[in-house]
Amino acid sequence: MKIHEADAKSLLVAQGLPVPAWEVARTPSQARAAAVRFLADPGNATGKVVIKAQVLVGGRGKAGGVKLAATADEAEDVAAQILALEIKGLPVRRVLVGPAAEIVKEYYLSVLLDRATRRLMFIGSAEGGVEIEQVAVDNPDAIVYQHTDPLLGLPDYAARELAFKIGFGPHWKAGAAIAKGLLRTMLAYDADLVEINPLAVIREHNADGTPVERLVCLDAKITLDDSALARHPGLEELRDLDAEDPADVEARRYDLTFIKLEGDIGCMVNGAGLAMTTMDLVNRAGGQPANFLDIGGGAKADRVAAAMRLILEDPNVKAILVNIFGGITRGDEVAKGLIEARAQQVRDVPMVVRIVGTNAAEAAELLEAARFVTASSLDEAAAKAVAAAAKGAAA
Amino acid sequence: MSILIGRDTRLVVQGITGREGEFHSRAMLEYGTPLVAGVTPGKGGQTALDGAVPVFNTVAEAVRETGANTSCIFVPAGGAPDAVLEAVAAGVKTIFCITEGIPALDMIPVVEEVRLARARLIGPNCPGATSPGRAKVGIIPGSIHREGRVGVVSRSGTLTYEAVQAMTDAGLGQSSCIGIGGDPVIGTQFLDVLALFAADPETEALVLIGEIGGAAEEEAAAWAAEHMADVPKVAFIAGRTAPEGKRMGHAGAIISGGKGTAASKVSALEAAGFRVAGSPTELPALLREAGYRG
Repeated sequence: MKIHEADAKSLLVAQGLPVPAWEVARTPSQARAAAVRFLADPGNATGKVVIKAQVLVGGRGKAGGVKLAATADEAEDVAAQILALEIKGLPVRRVLVGPAAEIVKEYYLSVLLDRATRRLMFIGSAEGGVEIEQVAVDNPDAIVYQHTDPLLGLPDYAARELAFKIGFGPHWKAGAAIAKGLLRTMLAYDADLVEINPLAVIREHNADGTPVERLVCLDAKITLDDSALARHPGLEELRDLDAEDPADVEARRYDLTFIKLEGDIGCMVNGAGLAMTTMDLVNRAGGQPANFLDIGGGAKADRVAAAMRLILEDPNVKAILVNIFGGITRGDEVAKGLIEARAQQVRDVPMVVRIVGTNAAEAAELLEAARFVTASSLDEAAAKAVAAAAKGAAA
Repeated sequence: MSILIGRDTRLVVQGITGREGEFHSRAMLEYGTPLVAGVTPGKGGQTALDGAVPVFNTVAEAVRETGANTSCIFVPAGGAPDAVLEAVAAGVKTIFCITEGIPALDMIPVVEEVRLARARLIGPNCPGATSPGRAKVGIIPGSIHREGRVGVVSRSGTLTYEAVQAMTDAGLGQSSCIGIGGDPVIGTQFLDVLALFAADPETEALVLIGEIGGAAEEEAAAWAAEHMADVPKVAFIAGRTAPEGKRMGHAGAIISGGKGTAASKVSALEAAGFRVAGSPTELPALLREAGYRG
């Protein structure tokens, strides 16, 4: 699950990381009030505020979602503009307002799960503020990789080593402490990724007006492990429902994995790998899948019926392909769910059903009695579904 | 011979009295797997599967009393990492974890403990393994198999069944089928299984079933090119039509930043001498084309 920058920053602060002050505003007048406060702050070296759209997509800056303002009036105007934006299809409902930093130097630092080594890995670079993927292409030597110990995490010496390798100069102690803090954040909230870009040395003013530099997290991106959300009940409310299709929300209620696609053949499959394969074979047979839908292992009739409702909510769907290879899932349960779902179905859409494996014979009997179109192989099922959709489209 | 499980397997099922544990333990026993013990804390002294299998409170006790050397875990996600540690501590060297939905970070120290103990963990979130005619551990339906000499390794569950069924229908039997699981942190990777197959005198051909995301298929391809050059090899990769940036069910199955695409995997596999099928049903014919005569 992705969370907003402002929420990610709150998690970092809770773990003791240095993040410049900010406020979240939902209206232009709230943004104005926040701007007044930050503009009056004698520590603010630029005398400006930054206003950033809170949406869960990259490229906010290019889309006009990040702007500076020098006065309270300007901040209110800019906030109004940004709050009216839609960035990559997502409405901007909140903006982050903070002091515009005077940046001395930008770094990149993240910690993520490295599947190949099955360890956590830090990625750091003295070339921050740009996309790290681009740095990896243009200047791979500018990137530092360091794994953590699976049992000890990041001992102090390893954090220092990382800080010196990245090259924080006089800020190496802060760099090491931030690295440890990012790992602490990752473990505390079961994150998959904690990314700071930029991690920046900024110049601020002391109370007496003398400049002071410090290393801070200027931006923050955190993604959370969905499998661990159950043990962090507070984090569920950080979910942004705008970033999700309503069908996703419905799917989650029934423990289904659903991803809407552009085509017209609805797919219902058990198992992620087989669901992808089913999509691939629909495509190969000349059709386009309308969705990815994994009903998971051991699905019962009610879950199957919910899956069918989800598929039919998509008005583009002209045919449905059900492909079940029973192992942990019992074929007769799925057949019962399909029969139940069809009885309640408002829209008549042709359905091709293939059920093999555990209790397939019982399923076949049920389906035959209910006069479903069946198929024995996956290739045959895909071809029949594509033909049915084409017929539906022609009619 | 076979790999990971075979005639010497003595299996203990952790979580044998749960709904899934009991259902699949019964299937394993019916298949002929030497299922010697079950573990459910608090139910020690009872029996499971209509008196066929003694139940113990701890894995250590089960090992001591029955000589169990392989474990299969059906414990729910909250307790599964601990169940792996318990099996390791009891000296079990081959551990299958079927449980899905385990937080990834929980598995990192567990995988390390397994490594330090020189044990082997398969999974989590895996369907298990079958050595046809000898033993099956996990949830793969026994009926789809046939004894033979083709080694099958896969990241998926039901897609593996599809591929195995296609092989069996074409008369191509299997030495062992291993489902390594779709989670980001798993105990045994493609490479490890390939090394086991390469060392198994009874495995004469290889089927690899991969999916989008990560680089495990590419790494396995490179290894196979070097160490299994003479072995007929075929592969299937799921997710050719998956959109970028969407997590396709498995935590690992995602194309991001142009990495982990099906195209990259297919070309790496082809360069390594694999024939790559467009559908699982084409695997047997491709294996014949690759020179497999078994």
